[in-house]
Amino acid sequence: MPIIKVEGLSKVFGKNTKESLRLLDEGMKKEEILKQTGDTVGVNRASFEVEEGEVFVIMGLSGSGKSTLVRLINRLIEPTEGSVFVGGENLATMNKDDLRRVRREKLSMVFQRFALFPFRTILENAEFGLEIQGVEKEDRGKKAKEALELVGLGSYINQFPGQLSGGMQQRVGLARALANDPEVLLMDEAFSALDPLIRKDMQDELLDLQEKMQKTIVFITHDLDEALRIGDRIALMKDGSIVQIGTPEEILVNPANDYVEKFVEDVDRSKVLTAEHIMKRPETVNIEKHGPRVALERMREEGLSSIYVIDGKRNLKGYVTADDASEARKNEIRDLNQILKTDVPTVDRDKPMQEIFEIIHDTPVPVAVVENSKLQGIIVRGAVIAALAGESEVEADA
Amino acid sequence: MLDFLPEIPLSKWISDFTDWLTDTFSFIFDPIKNQFGDFMEFFAEQLAAIPPIIVILIVAILAFFITGKKFGLAAFSVVGLWLIYNQGLWEQLMSTFALVLIASLLSVIIGVPVGILMSKSKIAETIITPILDFMQTMPAFVYLIPAVAFFSIGMVPGIFASLIFATPPTVRFTNLGIRQVSEELVEASEAFGSTGTQKLFKVELPMAKSTIMAGINQTVMLSLSMVVIASMIGAPGLGRDVLSALQRAQVGSGFVAGIGIVILAIIVDRFTQNLNKGKAD
Repeated sequence: MPIIKVEGLSKVFGKNTKESLRLLDEGMKKEEILKQTGDTVGVNRASFEVEEGEVFVIMGLSGSGKSTLVRLINRLIEPTEGSVFVGGENLATMNKDDLRRVRREKLSMVFQRFALFPFRTILENAEFGLEIQGVEKEDRGKKAKEALELVGLGSYINQFPGQLSGGMQQRVGLARALANDPEVLLMDEAFSALDPLIRKDMQDELLDLQEKMQKTIVFITHDLDEALRIGDRIALMKDGSIVQIGTPEEILVNPANDYVEKFVEDVDRSKVLTAEHIMKRPETVNIEKHGPRVALERMREEGLSSIYVIDGKRNLKGYVTADDASEARKNEIRDLNQILKTDVPTVDRDKPMQEIFEIIHDTPVPVAVVENSKLQGIIVRGAVIAALAGESEVEADA
Repeated sequence: MLDFLPEIPLSKWISDFTDWLTDTFSFIFDPIKNQFGDFMEFFAEQLAAIPPIIVILIVAILAFFITGKKFGLAAFSVVGLWLIYNQGLWEQLMSTFALVLIASLLSVIIGVPVGILMSKSKIAETIITPILDFMQTMPAFVYLIPAVAFFSIGMVPGIFASLIFATPPTVRFTNLGIRQVSEELVEASEAFGSTGTQKLFKVELPMAKSTIMAGINQTVMLSLSMVVIASMIGAPGLGRDVLSALQRAQVGSGFVAGIGIVILAIIVDRFTQNLNKGKAD
């Protein structure tokens, strides 16, 4: 069951909301409605689901309604129509007390410009959510410290926000949100106010944290690169409507319409696609079972000039070339170890293609993709070039 | 052509209204006049009973610490207060100070909640703003007249007039301070599930504090000026010396009492300003 379920959620700012909703139904555009009723359409019939533990990115340019949408999820903005289910409860219709309870227990928010309280110390800032809930001072101090440790600010607890850099301030914002131990983290352009290098660090750190915590994260951004980096799935917004929802690959490879395509055009594919996307199923021989004869036979079948060697547990051992194998057969050598070459070019699954390009350039054999020293797949030069050219025939079924 | 109506008896209406107020609410005004008046006199007497040397020392020490361990204000306080003592105006100084202290306290006690109400309600703001404008632009002397009607003469009508004249800055600055709290901070407190009260006390008031303190500083200064004017309706203190010097055309003693007021004003102003700065860091 999805933890967040948004159905037909709309927000119209203005006085003639009913009329505007009717016009939206008739398919009228945002600008036309503004002209006719004076209302601004913030969000138009958004529907999506977010699974538990997922990083769901809502992305769009400024004015696309993404910040409004995230505020509709925790009802900082009152929805005009539609429903928002968090853990099965509909926030759109619940009373103030229930809303407060859900905000305290299930939803935390991280803000674009940090929104730290300047008159409170770092620790007191991180304690805020728990303090609001009436948690005992000692208890909340302990939890807040844990959250601050988690984001690497354990030694700054007595500083004030003004004494910290932007990146550190946002870590405090993150710690404040985590201290509550919420089910869902709403992050509104959380890294947009940081300079690019720090932004990248924070993205990495968020991904590391996410691996440990497995929270559900709804992340708002206007930066497609950021969306592709951290999102498990991405919803693209335009003029208040969601135009496409999909995994980063789906969006890159199959843009739903011109708008998405235009967006995606600017993305440097070599940065987005990783080894995983272009690797192929490897042909291998097992060093424990096979000798040079089998290796040679396989190579002839597949038309290869070399073949990778693994052990019974798929651990990569090295490779043998056709020349060496045929030499070994003549000399009656039975053991692959004697002709094994171990100068294997290897990359991780998530190595960006840009970097693979450099490796593959000066190696005679395909590049091996490994994870924990187990062979996952191989990359041949042709696949890299094809992917760079934007062809969609990428094979990920290693 | 403009005489299509006879003169509207506006002043009569106001007089009648004031008379009506005085008669109808005498059950409120009288106890205030008597009991609060007694309290004020007692308070002023107690202040005057403290040996001047102790008052001067306490003020100097407070000034030293409140300005961040600097000697300037402390030295000024010692010299200034000694001069007032030397001129035989100590008792009047204490009366004036008692009036200012109580009038300012009441202004703050009334002004801050009204300011909060204004910041929370558009309707309240629309209603209260013109009232504040009226209170501040009406010549201060005018308030003395109903003050006498309600509370006869002495300290109480002085404080009443001062309240009307000096409360608006606290109200305005409280309203402004709370409205200026950044939208994101308000959202942050709401997103974590604050109640309205929690939001007010944990976020809005602390954020608005320095603005509110600036308003309080203005209120204190205005109530000092009003307390001096209130000597015309029998409020005791330095103002009374100025008034009698004026009536007898005694330039010298008029200025001496005036300088006493200036010294008090400077000390009070620097104290309230530094209280604000000290906490804002």
